[in-house]
Amino acid sequence: MNARGNGSGNGPAPNGSTGAPVIRMRDVHKAFGPKKVLQGIDLDVGERESVVIIGGSGTGKSVTLKCILGLLEPDKGSIKVDGEEVVGLTGQARDRINAKFGMLFQGAALFDSLSIWENVAFGLIQGRGMGRAEAKKVAIEKMGMVGLGKHVADLFPAEMSVGMQKRAGLARAIAADPEIVFFDEPTTGLDPIMADVINELIVHVVKDVGCSALTITHDMASARKIANRVAMLYEGRIIWAGPVDQIDRSGNEYLDQFIHGRPEGPIQLQVRAL
Amino acid sequence: MNFVALIGRAFLGFLATAGRLVLFALAGVSHIFRPPYYYRLIWRQMVDIGYYSLPVVGLTGLFAGMVLALQSYTGFARFSAEGAVATVVVLSMTRELGPVLAGLMVAGRIGASIAAEIGTMRVTEQIDALTTLATNPFKYLVAPRLFAGITMLPILVLVADIIGIFGGYVVSVYKLEFNAPNYLKRSWEFLEVIDVVSGLVKASVFGFLVTLMGCYQGYNSKRGAQGVGAATTNAVVASSILILIFNYIITELFFSK
Ligand SMILES: Nc1ncnc2c1ncn2[C@@H]1O[C@H](COP(=O)(O)OP(=O)(O)OP(=O)(O)O)[C@@H](O)[C@H]1O
Ligand SMILES: [Mg+2]
Repeated sequence: MNARGNGSGNGPAPNGSTGAPVIRMRDVHKAFGPKKVLQGIDLDVGERESVVIIGGSGTGKSVTLKCILGLLEPDKGSIKVDGEEVVGLTGQARDRINAKFGMLFQGAALFDSLSIWENVAFGLIQGRGMGRAEAKKVAIEKMGMVGLGKHVADLFPAEMSVGMQKRAGLARAIAADPEIVFFDEPTTGLDPIMADVINELIVHVVKDVGCSALTITHDMASARKIANRVAMLYEGRIIWAGPVDQIDRSGNEYLDQFIHGRPEGPIQLQVRAL
Repeated sequence: MNFVALIGRAFLGFLATAGRLVLFALAGVSHIFRPPYYYRLIWRQMVDIGYYSLPVVGLTGLFAGMVLALQSYTGFARFSAEGAVATVVVLSMTRELGPVLAGLMVAGRIGASIAAEIGTMRVTEQIDALTTLATNPFKYLVAPRLFAGITMLPILVLVADIIGIFGGYVVSVYKLEFNAPNYLKRSWEFLEVIDVVSGLVKASVFGFLVTLMGCYQGYNSKRGAQGVGAATTNAVVASSILILIFNYIITELFFSK
């Protein structure tokens, strides 16, 4: 299997990982009917490490995150969070694990019956039992970190642009001070300046706050900025994983083609020429 | 293909769906009783299902009672039994028409909106987001709606009964020129507690069925706008049919000797 890429991990510890892994995926498989999406994912996220997953559209990046979060059940394989096996956990045991997580969904997934500040404060009020007045204060502070002013606090998601929704989703993900944050394409739909603000925020969350982060992105500039380590997903496996400063000299032709966005190369897109 | 195998497969498919529905219902009901309770959400659902359905249910009851008086009068006149109109209106409203018509109207109004709302939450990953925020979707979404359905439908039906009987009275007294005190006396004469109670029990069951089907269809909605549309249709159709089936079953339980 490793013929395709170098240094990818089927071994006990994929290279480059620092510290004890807070997330450790081994041989994770997931299929939807006949469609095999994940075919043996091995991935580690170390403590206070920022890992970025890159890969083509529809390769299963979001599915990978949902498996870790317990929203999808892997068909096979092991996922450990802080050393504890989480595949198959349900109910309160799952809630206890998820309390460590903060997740930004690809489509933001804001609750559209709640105002923005209530969305951001949701985990504080429901999960932590914080009072509404105090939670609102925290929510407005977190909204400030993603560039959303006080005046949008009482708006509803349907009244905001997609980029604003995305940022509100990001604020919600970090509101309850999670240990591990997952960001599914945090910068898509943002203008370049705002994208950079968000990049800075993710760096801040990892460097200063001390979170571990697993981010999906198509934006290579963003990946270079926020990642300690990059993992490339292709055909259901991590075909390359390594420190971010090695992506330009990985010698992996799949990775090279991807980061330079070349149409010709080993990755064949299923599109017909005009 | 083997015909028997075909029937067998269809039957197994039906059993699987029924089993899933029962498990869903059990999970939803069990969360009604387990803390934490989301009072704010429960209150909002009760207002939505109870208060905002009042005009629809009230109008339905009014016209049902009115037409009941008119029909039974013209029918009973053929064998000079006009005197029974009052009794017929009261018994039909409380035992059958009140709960069934209110149930069907609420199925259209509430069942559809629950399925659409929860279905949209499913396809836009809001239900996933709830889970990741350590909030159980059954407790947060399903239980408040089931509770509101079970408790509010009897109240709605009581209102429909009263308005329906009033509608029958108005038509009888002002159009068919019945003697008012006589009509009223006739109305109460044969009415028993069980008539009203059976209607309210039906209402409670119907409220449960409507909210359950709305939640179930929405929760299991397929992706995309089409999925939500199908969930909405299925919720209304399934709960309407279930209302008619359970109406028969409950009537059988209460009144068959
Ligand atoms: N719930 C589901 N049911 C069936 N198939 C699914 C489901 N979720 C995802 N898939 C399939 O799994 C594959 C991977 O989906 P996924 O959303 O993980 O892609 P992705 O890598 O995140 O792509 P993108 O970069 O476009 O977001 C897709 O082909 C999709 O059709
Ligand atoms: Mg995705």
